[in-house]
Amino acid sequence: MSRKLLAGPYLIWMICCTVVPLGMIVYYGLTDRSGAFTFANLSAITVPAHAKALGLALLLAVISTLICLILAYPLGLILRKTGLGQKGFVVFLFILPMWMNFLLRTMAWQTILEKHGVINGILSFLGLPSLRLINTPAAIVMGMVYDFLPFMVLPVYNVLMKIDNSVVEAARDLGASNRQILFKILIPLSVPGIVSGITMVFIPSLTTFVIPNMLGGGKLLLIGNIIDQEFTVGSNWHLGSGLSLVMMVFILISMLFLAKFDKGGEGNAF
Amino acid sequence: MGSLIDLVKISKSFDGAKVLDELDLSVQENEFITLLGPSGCGKTTTLRIIGGFEKPDEGQVLFEGKDIAAVPPNKRHLNTVFQKYALFPHMNIEENIAFGLKISGKSKNYIRDKIRYALKLVNLDGYEKRSVASLSGGQQQRIAIARAIVNEPRVLLLDEPLGALDLKLRQDMQYELIRLKNELGITFIYVTHDQEEALTMSDKVVVMNQGYIQQMGTPEEIYNEPENAFVADFIGDSNILNGIMLQDRLVEILGYQFACVDEGFGRNKPVDVVIRPEDIVLKQPGEGTLDGVVSHLIFKGVHYEMEVQAGGFEWLIQSTGCYPVGTPVSISVDPFNIQIMNKPASEDEEAIGVDE
Amino acid sequence: MKKIVERCYLGIICVFLYAPIFTLMVLSFNESKSMAKWGGFSLRWYQEMFQDEAIREAIWNTLAIALISAVVATLLGTLACIGIQKMKSSSRAVILMLNNIPMVNSDIVTGISLMLIFVAFGISLNRNTVLIAHITFCIPYVVLSVLPKMKQAGKTTYEAALDLGATPIQAFIKVVLPEIRPGIVSGFLMAFTMSVDDFIITHFTRGAGVNTLSTLIYSQVKVGIRPSIYALSTVMFATVLILLIVANFLPGYREKRTKKAGG
Repeated sequence: MSRKLLAGPYLIWMICCTVVPLGMIVYYGLTDRSGAFTFANLSAITVPAHAKALGLALLLAVISTLICLILAYPLGLILRKTGLGQKGFVVFLFILPMWMNFLLRTMAWQTILEKHGVINGILSFLGLPSLRLINTPAAIVMGMVYDFLPFMVLPVYNVLMKIDNSVVEAARDLGASNRQILFKILIPLSVPGIVSGITMVFIPSLTTFVIPNMLGGGKLLLIGNIIDQEFTVGSNWHLGSGLSLVMMVFILISMLFLAKFDKGGEGNAF
Repeated sequence: MGSLIDLVKISKSFDGAKVLDELDLSVQENEFITLLGPSGCGKTTTLRIIGGFEKPDEGQVLFEGKDIAAVPPNKRHLNTVFQKYALFPHMNIEENIAFGLKISGKSKNYIRDKIRYALKLVNLDGYEKRSVASLSGGQQQRIAIARAIVNEPRVLLLDEPLGALDLKLRQDMQYELIRLKNELGITFIYVTHDQEEALTMSDKVVVMNQGYIQQMGTPEEIYNEPENAFVADFIGDSNILNGIMLQDRLVEILGYQFACVDEGFGRNKPVDVVIRPEDIVLKQPGEGTLDGVVSHLIFKGVHYEMEVQAGGFEWLIQSTGCYPVGTPVSISVDPFNIQIMNKPASEDEEAIGVDE
Repeated sequence: MKKIVERCYLGIICVFLYAPIFTLMVLSFNESKSMAKWGGFSLRWYQEMFQDEAIREAIWNTLAIALISAVVATLLGTLACIGIQKMKSSSRAVILMLNNIPMVNSDIVTGISLMLIFVAFGISLNRNTVLIAHITFCIPYVVLSVLPKMKQAGKTTYEAALDLGATPIQAFIKVVLPEIRPGIVSGFLMAFTMSVDDFIITHFTRGAGVNTLSTLIYSQVKVGIRPSIYALSTVMFATVLILLIVANFLPGYREKRTKKAGG
């Protein structure tokens, strides 16, 4: 039947606009300006500045992903337990902020974290010494957590809501305490959601250049900043592509690592 | 003899709707007791209160005389087999069965022996490593039972455990359950809406409707001597008629007088009369109490089922004799097979009545 | 006690999510141009917002691109789901992998890869290249929200409609479409939202002089953002908030009312 053909336009679009462009990155990454084959763009990652940027990005991405998970999971449990867990409400709550522009939301944290910003204002009002918050790695992590938390909450919440309550009752019936139910039933059953949440927070955190620009004061460079600069300022697209490839390898490795936990399950955010 | 579980004046409402109203029930040690009723009658709620998953609004739950209302489900000496099995999808069969034993800290050897024993008991030996998803509904149900009984509960609660199975499998599982009950020697509290299941398996049947217990007794008592029209209608097929008790041992139905064996209703008292379809004897016209004509005939395998128009009522009759549609017949009933019941008097009892 | 802790936790997360937004809203009424000082209440930025040519063009670009890319993505994505439904599970897996590429790729890689391909094929970067890029990253959201609904709807109702004499197209429009509509709507809204909120992909695929709200803001970050942009964002946010409240809660409220009246 011709019904399969309905996927045709989609397939053509996705191949032209995702697969082929990826090929371009590979091509640029493995050639120099004269078009000759080279590994130089890949090995450029060992340049101390680049390696440091990648290392810092990995570290901050891992930290912010963990924080997101630690914040989101209890939230999912609470939403599952209370009647507030109607789908519309939660999606509403976590999608709505996206209607205040992403850059502005991040900017707003500048105001809050600044030397004379909201938090230090409160601290000095209480007679406490002010803290250096802005332009630190902590501020960047803060921005990452803030911007990407919804991408952790939604899949975790979705998978938790799908767990049949009779399974939880069965565990309780067989003698499990609340703690045992959490660790032996709820967490193992929500692995698909956790995995997709981790993916959706880790990847944008690892690759962001906007957040360090705004909250890191432009002094703390992540791998995203380096790549961005190569394309917009430095205009060495070959080097930028090469570094992107290296970054993608790290994404791929983390995905493979995660896939080990999520056997065959396809966690979905929406 | 003290009973194992006593429910004392249990009431429970959900969103203002009363589901149970001052329900009293006692369960003896080693009894197979079935809560039977249509959906929404409160039977599952009763079971969940015993299991500890719901708290009664009022009343007490006594286990060997001690109030266990405050005891959470994980601390009660009973286990539940859930309606949709509720097996843990992320564990294999062995891990599912071992769950309760691991929680209570049993030794590895003990757990292994128990799993083997339980699987043998439910006729699934060798299934240890299988995944839940690879089992059929009937097999999953057996695992759910195995998972519950390895914990050696004093009472096993079963919430419509056979509801999702097909007819043949359901009948097989009924025998399995009876066998299990006898081998284990523990109390079974069983919830179902299927009257045949209830009659087949139980020592005692509790018929419930709209939060009240309608009748409690052995399957024979429930079937042969229903106490009210609801029970008569719900258990098996029956002809329920309005009658007038003229005097002891004589009832008037549809203007015809029938001899019966009931006494003590007084004179000229309106009553409900129940006659089971298999208790009606068809005779040649003029030879029975009232005459009529066969209006429907269906072959049912063991017997024929007929409808006979007689005295302005459509009688349901089961007989091994075949009377084609249009045959004039006469209806006759043995006095012993006519069941007389008081009509519901108060409004409360009205609620009990048959909903047509 | 436990309930109180739970409620507090929920409250703190909400404060965390909405504090920056609230800050921006307050700043939009700030007479002073500085983010750090409160210079008194003023509607000055709201006036300026309507006069600023750059802002007007950026908001027009943002909304036009979001609307067109959401519509195209919804169309392509929904058609694809219908097709995918008919496929063998192996080819379905391949397509789902394809669908995940933009998700896993990260915005920056999607952005630069598209830029490279545009340049390689000699397509000059302009508003259309941004549009193509947005459609590309919107489609997966549509597919991910329609496909599960499609699975739920299953084949039975479609076949029942055919059995009752409907043509395949009638069966689809009258039976399947209503069943998957919630997925289509949420996919569309998701695509629209993501497109409005996007910065990174636009950043790499836009031509000189083409600004969306995001890129306009980014260009002003270093020199200081004019508060008229806060005003504009406040207006957008408030509009969406009101629209969502009307769309989400009014029908539910009405339903409850009629149910109560009926029962």
